[in-house]
Amino acid sequence: MSDILLQGAGVETFYGKIQALRGIDFEVHKGEITTVIGANGAGKSTLMMTICGTPRARAGSIVFDGVEISKMPTHEIVHLGIAQSPEGRRIFPRMTVFENLQMGATVDKLQHFDEDLVKVFKLFPRLEERRAQRAGTLSGGEQQMLAIGRALMARPRLLLLDEPSLGLAPIIVKLIFAAIKKLNEEEGLTVLLVEQNAFHALRLAHRAYVMVNGKITITGTGAELLNRPEVRAAYLEGGH
Amino acid sequence: MEYFLQQLINGLTLGSIYGLIAIGYTMVYGIIGMINFAHGDVFMVGSVVSFIVILGLGITGGSGSFMIILALALVVIIAMLIASVYNWTIERVAYRPLRGSFRLAPLISAIGMSIVLQEFVRIAQEGRPKPIQAVITGKHELLHRLTEGGEFIVTISNMQILIIISTLALMAIFTMIIQRTSLGRAQRACEQDQKMASLLGIDVDRTISITFILGAALAAFAGMMFFLYYNVTDFFIGFLAGIKAFTAAVLGGIGSIPGAMLGGMVIGLIEVMWSAYFSVEYKDVAAFTVLVIVLIFMPQGLLGKPEVEKV
Ligand SMILES: Nc1ncnc2c1ncn2[C@@H]1O[C@H](COP(=O)(O)OP(=O)(O)O)[C@@H](O)[C@H]1O
Ligand SMILES: [Mg+2]
Repeated sequence: MSDILLQGAGVETFYGKIQALRGIDFEVHKGEITTVIGANGAGKSTLMMTICGTPRARAGSIVFDGVEISKMPTHEIVHLGIAQSPEGRRIFPRMTVFENLQMGATVDKLQHFDEDLVKVFKLFPRLEERRAQRAGTLSGGEQQMLAIGRALMARPRLLLLDEPSLGLAPIIVKLIFAAIKKLNEEEGLTVLLVEQNAFHALRLAHRAYVMVNGKITITGTGAELLNRPEVRAAYLEGGH
Repeated sequence: MEYFLQQLINGLTLGSIYGLIAIGYTMVYGIIGMINFAHGDVFMVGSVVSFIVILGLGITGGSGSFMIILALALVVIIAMLIASVYNWTIERVAYRPLRGSFRLAPLISAIGMSIVLQEFVRIAQEGRPKPIQAVITGKHELLHRLTEGGEFIVTISNMQILIIISTLALMAIFTMIIQRTSLGRAQRACEQDQKMASLLGIDVDRTISITFILGAALAAFAGMMFFLYYNVTDFFIGFLAGIKAFTAAVLGGIGSIPGAMLGGMVIGLIEVMWSAYFSVEYKDVAAFTVLVIVLIFMPQGLLGKPEVEKV
């Protein structure tokens, strides 16, 4: 039905001798939210980083909008329109909130900075209140908002979100997932979302993958996976 | 009092030169976490190139002031260019291939590069110290007083004015670049998290190269000033000046640019004051003693970065 924006085939990634991705096939379709769920250490973050070329895939292909990106340097890949809010947020602690957002607009060369800043502040009003504050002194939830806001400043065609709910209070998690949903529905933004918080992610996702030990084991729509007994048993029961 | 004032002027002049060199150490440390031990020799290259160009242009203190200004502008551009090319090349051939290897490898490589530069200049210039006649001459009396002890005159030379003013101007421009431009932001981003910087589209290798170029340009400027101040240079001046500037960078808080400048001033002042009031022989000992004392009580240096961040 819809166009494929990102497609991986047989992707393998190593850390030294340790193989973290063991031949992954996946698709991200335009305008959809795709999610990858899986236990800690399954290789989800490695997948996100491999898409951005750091570390580089040792085998397989990754095609973004018709361009083979698996051999490109990171800064060139992101210039094609991929932005990531990485695991652990990685905001620049000694820069202000405003400067972090300026960094986010690097790909856009600050051309639409003012306009995009208004949008991000509308999405996360908390950031506007703290715009002159050093990012290292923000709360965890605010840092997460900043990491997402910074990624949005690049005007990405594909947004990668790695565990945006990690370590946050339920009320903040709700706020962040609402923002993701809004971006997708109102702006048609394509999102690849990695989550341990499987329940929230699957409810949001059009397309979902379960990852175990560096491999994709189950594929389906979000709703399908929510109802699969083995998914429920492994990732949902006892959860929310 | 007059004597002190005179030493203060001399100390600030020397401190300016140390401070300009120290910025190169501190920036490179900030971005790749290593000490570029060849940086002092990049300063030396700047000074020797200044010597060659000034000699080649044939300007002396007797040339018209317009000619001198024009010639020095040319000298500074050439010195900065050549020093930048050297430092850029050093990073490419000696440091970049070793990134990610064990910590001592780039250190050894850096010491090697320092020796290469020194030997290259020594052989090419036949090792003799290079004196010339002063190009910038003239001085101003600030104070003139007769006391019981005799006559006290406090002067500041045109050269000292030039060094102090141009250093302050360069510092201001430089701080602007780091704080306000996208290049400066990219540089600070790479200091804090290189991988994240690349995920935002920053070309990290290019940013590192630019850091080496900027540091070299400042060192070359310092090298030219050093040469014009003392009217002599040789292949070995980079060693001690480099160690002093490195000390200044550590004293100020390695990684901090205002710290490098402050550290440079402090080291320059200690050296001059100690020579003036105690003994010239022990001026370097005094400078390093202060470094040790400061580091015992303030391990981060005077303006070092506080590491208390919530992440
Ligand atoms: N920088 C690294 N160096 C070595 N091994 C790593 C590194 N990062 C992750 N790994 C290993 O790769 C595997 C996948 O990790 P990761 O992608 O972080 O999983 P997830 O995000 O699903 O929790 C784990 O076994 C982890 O220990
Ligand atoms: Mg992870």
